[in-house]
Parts: sequence; structure tokens; C-alpha cells
Amino acid sequence: MLTLECPYCGVKACETELSPGYEAHLKRFGPGSTPEEFEAYMFARKNPKGVHFERWRHTYGCGKWFLAARCTATLEVFGTYPAQVSGPPPEIIAKIQARRPGWTPDGKATA
Amino acid sequence: MSDPVSALQGARFDGFAQIREIGPVGMITLRAKGLKSLDKAVKAAVGTKVPAQRRIEVNGDRACAWMSPDEYLLVMPYAEVAQALAALAKSLQGQHYLAVDVSDARAVFRIEGPKAADVLRKLVPADIDSMEPAELRRTRAAQVAVAFWQQDAGFTLVCFRSVAGYVMGLLSHSAQPGSEI
Repeated sequence: MLTLECPYCGVKACETELSPGYEAHLKRFGPGSTPEEFEAYMFARKNPKGVHFERWRHTYGCGKWFLAARCTATLEVFGTYPAQVSGPPPEIIAKIQARRPGWTPDGKATA
Repeated sequence: MSDPVSALQGARFDGFAQIREIGPVGMITLRAKGLKSLDKAVKAAVGTKVPAQRRIEVNGDRACAWMSPDEYLLVMPYAEVAQALAALAKSLQGQHYLAVDVSDARAVFRIEGPKAADVLRKLVPADIDSMEPAELRRTRAAQVAVAFWQQDAGFTLVCFRSVAGYVMGLLSHSAQPGSEI
């Protein structure tokens, strides 16, 4: 059972109070994009074993969408943050790197 | 005009805690964020200050509760809703807000008795022991959305009117004598 802290109301909400919104930080490709870009935006989803960013909605609470960084293999939650960002904020990246040395947001190894 | 009728017309159940459907209770949903005169508007409508995150400010039979970063619940006697809406409209005139009378869309319950918290512990995923005294918790009871807070040695619980019968059933079953935690 996942317990995620809602960044809007501060409630430590259990999974049953939340609705999943799947992968976070998708970049939309709409009119004017190539068919390949649109297909990738529409259907291609990451399915990593390890660090993953997800959207969650605090359905039974404040009703807001927020984002969570967690590990799909261990269910460890690194942190949650408000949804008005297009990428993980630095403090979340720092928290992940403290637990997963060598991890980078773009998947490239650190020097 | 016809008289207001509460969802279950004052249904009660006496188990190890007392469950009462109370109401009709006046309620206004106020959606507003970062408005200059919000303090004044809430004061004029229910006579309390604007509650902090997850808190409820109670003033006799009136209250203002924090529901989300841009949503408040105002509670008052049923007959005073129109007056409170007028007070809000006056204070918030020209600003971006929404205030709606939701009194008839809700059902309100009281759970009373020394073991009232046990009735809720069986139904909600919230940690009731870690709740602050004047905290309102929005969560679910079994399968439906509810909000509750502690008031006068008991809990007040609010749910949608359409599920009032279901919630009464849940609370009554949970309060069955002999099923104390």
C-alpha cells in the first residue's frame, strides 16, 4: 500500500484515497507535430524498474492533482510535489540522488 | 414554500456510540483564493476568521472549514443561508469567487459518546489519533466521500445526500453494541 503526502493539503493519504494519473511530465505533441511524435506522445509510456514520476489525484480529499517520485521496484516514495512544473524540481532530484547515487533525470550516468 | 426535509428525517441509532442524522444544516461552498477581502467576507457570513490549512473555525452553530487550497465550507443554520450568501456577495463584489448553497445536496451526522472515534476508525483510512483538535479531514468512509471533524465530545460527519442511507447503514453497523475496538 502506497502512502503519499498530498502537497496541497498535507494529508498523508493512503492509496485508496487517491486516483492514479500515470506518467508525469509528458510533453504534448498536437497539431503541426509529426505522426511519430504524436504516436509517441499518445501511446509510448515509460515503464521503468526503479525511479518513476507519476501523477496522482487526491480524489477523496482536496481533489487536486499532484506529482510523486517513487521507485517502482521497492515502492519507496522519494517525495511529492505540486503539479505546476514541467520537470522534477531540484529538491526532489536531490532526494532521489541521496537514495540512488548515480541516478540522473535524463538517464545518463554522472561523471 | 415547502419546508426543508433532511435526507433521513432525523434517523438515529444507539449502539456503543450514538448516531444521529441532524439537519437540515445550511452549507455554502465558497471557492476563492488569494482575495483581499476574503477575511472580511467570511467574518460577515459566519463570524469566524479564515481557517488555516485543514482547520475548521467554529462559532456556535456556524463554522468555516478549509476544504482545499481554494475551497471553504461555510456552515450555518438552514434559514440563514440566503443572508450569508448576500453578505459574501457584498464583501466579494467584483472579485473572482464562487459561492453556492449546497445545503440540500448534503447529509450531516453526529457521532457521539466516549467511543465515537471507534465508529470512524473502522470506516476511514485516516489516522484519527494524529488529528489536531480543530482539524477537518476529508476522506472516504467505505466507498463514499465524507468529511468529518471533532466537535463537542463527538464528531460531525458530512456526506452527499444521495448516499445518506448508505452512510447511516455504515455508521450504525460500525456502532453495533459489542463491536467496540
